Amino acid sequence: MPLLDIRNVTRRFGDFTAVDGVSLAIEAGEFFTLLGPSGCGKTTLLRMIAGFDLPDAGQILLDGVDLAATPPERRPVRTVFQSYALFPHMTVHGNVAFPLQMAGTPARDIPGKVAAALEDVRLTGFDRRYPHELSGGQKQRVAIARALVTHPTMLLLDEPLAALDAKLREELQIELIHLQREAGITFVYVTHDQTEALALSHRIAVMNKGKVEQLDEPSVIYRFPRSRFVADFIGQCNLFSGPIRANAAGAVTLDVEGLGAVKVAAQTALAAGAPASIALRPEQIRIGAGDAAAPADNRYEGTVADLLYMGDVTVYRVNTAGGARVEALLANSQTGRAKFFEPGDRVVVDWPAAAGHFIED
Amino acid sequence: MRSRSPLLVAVALAVYAFLYLPLAIVVVYSFNDSRLNAEWVGFTLDWYRKLFADDDMLAAARNSLVIGLVASLVATVLGTMAGIALHRYRLRLLPLLVFAPIAIPEILMGVSLLIFFVLLNFTLGLVSVAIAHIAFCIGFVAIVVRARMAGMDEALVEAARDCGATPWQAFRHVTLPLIMPGVIAGALMAFTLSIDDFVITFFTAGAGTVTLPLQIYSMIKIAVTPEVNAVSTLLMLLTLLLIVVASRLSPSLLRSQEEAPT
Amino acid sequence: MAADARRHEAARARWLVSGPPLLYLLVFFAAPTLIMVLASFRSPGEFGGLAPLRDDTGALDLNVDAYVRFFTETVYAQVFVKSLVFALVTTLVCLALAYPLAALIARSPKKSRDILLLLVILPFWSNFLIRIYAWMILLGPNAALARAVNGVLGWFGAGPVPLLFSSFAVLVCLVYVHLPFMVLPLYANLEKHDPALLDAAQDLGASAWQRFWRITFPLSLPGVYAGAALVFIPALGIFAIPDLLGGPDDTLIGNLIKQQFLETRDWPFGSVLSIVLTVSALALVGLAAWLGRGATRGAERVGA
Repeated sequence: MPLLDIRNVTRRFGDFTAVDGVSLAIEAGEFFTLLGPSGCGKTTLLRMIAGFDLPDAGQILLDGVDLAATPPERRPVRTVFQSYALFPHMTVHGNVAFPLQMAGTPARDIPGKVAAALEDVRLTGFDRRYPHELSGGQKQRVAIARALVTHPTMLLLDEPLAALDAKLREELQIELIHLQREAGITFVYVTHDQTEALALSHRIAVMNKGKVEQLDEPSVIYRFPRSRFVADFIGQCNLFSGPIRANAAGAVTLDVEGLGAVKVAAQTALAAGAPASIALRPEQIRIGAGDAAAPADNRYEGTVADLLYMGDVTVYRVNTAGGARVEALLANSQTGRAKFFEPGDRVVVDWPAAAGHFIED
Repeated sequence: MRSRSPLLVAVALAVYAFLYLPLAIVVVYSFNDSRLNAEWVGFTLDWYRKLFADDDMLAAARNSLVIGLVASLVATVLGTMAGIALHRYRLRLLPLLVFAPIAIPEILMGVSLLIFFVLLNFTLGLVSVAIAHIAFCIGFVAIVVRARMAGMDEALVEAARDCGATPWQAFRHVTLPLIMPGVIAGALMAFTLSIDDFVITFFTAGAGTVTLPLQIYSMIKIAVTPEVNAVSTLLMLLTLLLIVVASRLSPSLLRSQEEAPT
Repeated sequence: MAADARRHEAARARWLVSGPPLLYLLVFFAAPTLIMVLASFRSPGEFGGLAPLRDDTGALDLNVDAYVRFFTETVYAQVFVKSLVFALVTTLVCLALAYPLAALIARSPKKSRDILLLLVILPFWSNFLIRIYAWMILLGPNAALARAVNGVLGWFGAGPVPLLFSSFAVLVCLVYVHLPFMVLPLYANLEKHDPALLDAAQDLGASAWQRFWRITFPLSLPGVYAGAALVFIPALGIFAIPDLLGGPDDTLIGNLIKQQFLETRDWPFGSVLSIVLTVSALALVGLAAWLGRGATRGAERVGA
C-alpha cells in the first residue's frame, strides 16, 4: 500500500479546472516532485494534501485513510512554505517550539527537541533571533526545522528555494537530499524548476493544465519524454514534427518541414501519414565544418545564425538550407577554444537515428 | 525637480497658521484673568478651578468617559471582527454596512436612530448614546484592522494550522498578536471619536443626559466664557495624548496611504 | 461527504467572524435608516412624532405629503440651494487652500512629511465644538480681528460690521473644520507622482505653469475628487456651525432637520429633509466622479 494515494482528484475554481482527475501514488521514504509551469495545478494539489483546500471530486488517502474529514492541524503532514511563513513575533525557538506546544508536548521536553531540530539544520545558537534578523537561507532552515520537529510522516515543500539566489539554492538542495535521507521522511516537493526537480527527486510527476503528463524517474523523463510538452519543458530540446513517411524495422522516418526526412529509432503502431514528433537534445547533435562527411542517419547543411557562449558550453543555432532551425550544443572544455564557429559559417549537423526520441502526437 | 517656491512655502505657512491660531487662542485665553476673551489681562488658573467645581461639567465628563469606554470596547471587538471578515472574505452586505455610516452625513444617522429608539420606546440616555457611538465607530476600527490584516502574510495562519493549531489557536497565537497594534489603535480612535461626538449624541441623548460636547454646546450657545476655554484645553490635551499613543502603535494611521507593517 | 462537512465548518467560521458586526449594523444602522425612509411616507402625529401607521378605519396611512411640501414650498428650495452654495464654496475654498499645502508636504523630504501631515490632522482631532468656539472668540465683537476690520472700515467712513453671526463667519468656520479632509487625499495623490514626469515636461520645454496645468493637476484629479467628496458631504449636512456662528438668515438644511425633530417634531417632514440631503449629497458626488471619470481613469494608475 502506498503511503499517499491520490485518486482521481479534481479541483475547480469557477470555470477553471486547476487539478483535473489526478491519480498518484507516493511511497514511503520517497523524494517525490510535482513539476510544472505556474498554473499547472501543482500547488493546488499540494494544498489539498496539506488540508488547506479540498477536492471537488476524488479522494486523498494517507495510509489508506481518507483525509477529507481531517483538518490540516490533525494531518500528520507538515508544509514548508514558499514565503517561509515564519511567525514574525516569535523567536527562532518560539517558531520551532510552536508545533510541539500545539501537540501538547510537556514543557520540559520542548527545549531539547527544539535544540535537536535546530542542530539538524545547522542553526544551533540561533534560538533567540527573530525571523527578520535571519538571512533567506537561515529562514528556510528554520522553516524546515519547524516542520520536522514533530517528526511528521510527510513533508510538503512548496517551491522552498524559489526566493534564494543560485549558489545558496544549490547548497540547500544538497542539504535537502541529506535531510530527507537521514530523517527517512517522505518529501513531496513542488517546483517549476526542472533542473531542481531532476537533481533532487526519486520520481517526478510532470504536470500541465491540471493533469499529470508523465510520472517517471528523472533520467527516464529526461531521456524519454512521453509528450511534446514534457520534452519541451524539461531541458533544451529540438522538436521536429511531421507526418510519418515510413515505419519499418524499428526505424521511423518523419517528413519534417525544412529538413526533409528525419529518421529515429522507434517501435510504433502508427501508420504512414500519421502525425508524430521527434525530440532531440542539443547535446546529441554533432556539428561540423562539413568537410568530414562521415555518413550519418540524419545529416543536414546549414549556416550558424546565432550562438550563445555560456562558459562551459556554447549553444549554436543553425538554420538549415530548408529553413528549419536546429539547436546544437558543444562542450567547450574538450577543445580549449572558446568557440568553433562564428555566425554565418556554413556547417553540417548530424545525428544517429538512436539519438532522437520518438513521440506520438 | 521638486521645487519649493517661496510663494508655495508662504501659502502653506499661512494655512498652518489658519489651522492653529484659533486653537492657540482658546488655550491662551483659558489662562487669562478676564471674563472677556478679548485682551490679555493676566495669568490665572481660576477657570480650571471653576471647572473642577462645576458639578454639571463633572457629570458631563463622567458620562462622556463611561460612554467612551463602553462604546470603544464594544466597537473594537465588533470592528476587529468586521476588519478581519472584510479582509478574508468576499462579502457584499458587510462592507456596505461598515462604510456607509462613515460616508453619509452624520445628521442622518442621528435622526434615524432618534426615530428608531423613540418608536421602540427605548429610553434615550447613556445606553442609546453608547449604541449609536458603537454603530459609527465599528467602521473606523474595521478600516485600521483591515489595513493591518492586509499587511500580514496569509500563509502565517495556514502555517499555524499546519503546525497543529486549531482555528481558534491560530487566531489566538498568530493572527491576534500580529494585528494587535491595529486593534489598540482602533480602540483609541473609537474612544476619541466617541468622546468628541456631538451631532449623533445631540439627537440620541434625550433631555436628561449630557456629555461634554453637549455641555460645551449649551454653554457657548448662551455666552462665551473662559471656563469653556479651560475644558477645551483639557479635552485637546487628552485627544493629543490618545493620538500620539495610537500613532506610535500604528504609524500607518497617520499616513494617508497604508503601508504594510513589517 | 466528509469534505462537505468541512466546507460547512468553513462557512460557519465565516459567519462567526462577520455575523456579529453584521447583525449589529443591521439592527442599529440599516433598520433605523429604513424606518426613517418609511417615516417619510407617514403622517405627522397630533402631538409630534408619527401618526399611527393605520388610521381609524384600519387602512394603511402612507402618503407623499411631506415630499410634496418640500418640493412645492419655495422656502425649502431656498434653504436647500443656500446649503448647496455654502457647501460648494466651502469645497472650492478648501481646495484652493489645501492644494499648495499638500503640494508642499509632498515635495518635502521624506522624514519631515509625516510630521507636516500630522500637523494638518491634529486640529481635526480636537473637538468639533472647540473649533467652532475658537471662531466665536476670533470673530467676536471684542476680538482684535473684528476691531481691526472695523477700524479700517471706519477710516473709509463705513459703519462697524459684525463679523460674528454672519454668513461670512459660517463659511470661514466651514472651511476651517473641513480643510484637513481635503489635504489628506490630495497629499496621498501628489505624493505618488513621479518627479521624473516634471523633469521630462521641463525638458520638453514646458514652463512652470504649464507643468502644473498639463501634468500635475490632471494627474491629481482623483485626489481632488476624493477630497471634494469628503468636504462636500459633511458640509452639506452641517447644523452646529450656522446654529452658533450664523445670523438669522443663515438657516441651512441641517438646521431645518434639527428643527423638525427637536422643535416642531414633524418627523415625516424631517425624514424627507434628511433623505433629500443624503441622496443629493451622494448623487452630486457620484455625478462629479462620473463626469470626471475620463480624466481620472489614467491618473488612477499613477501610484500603481
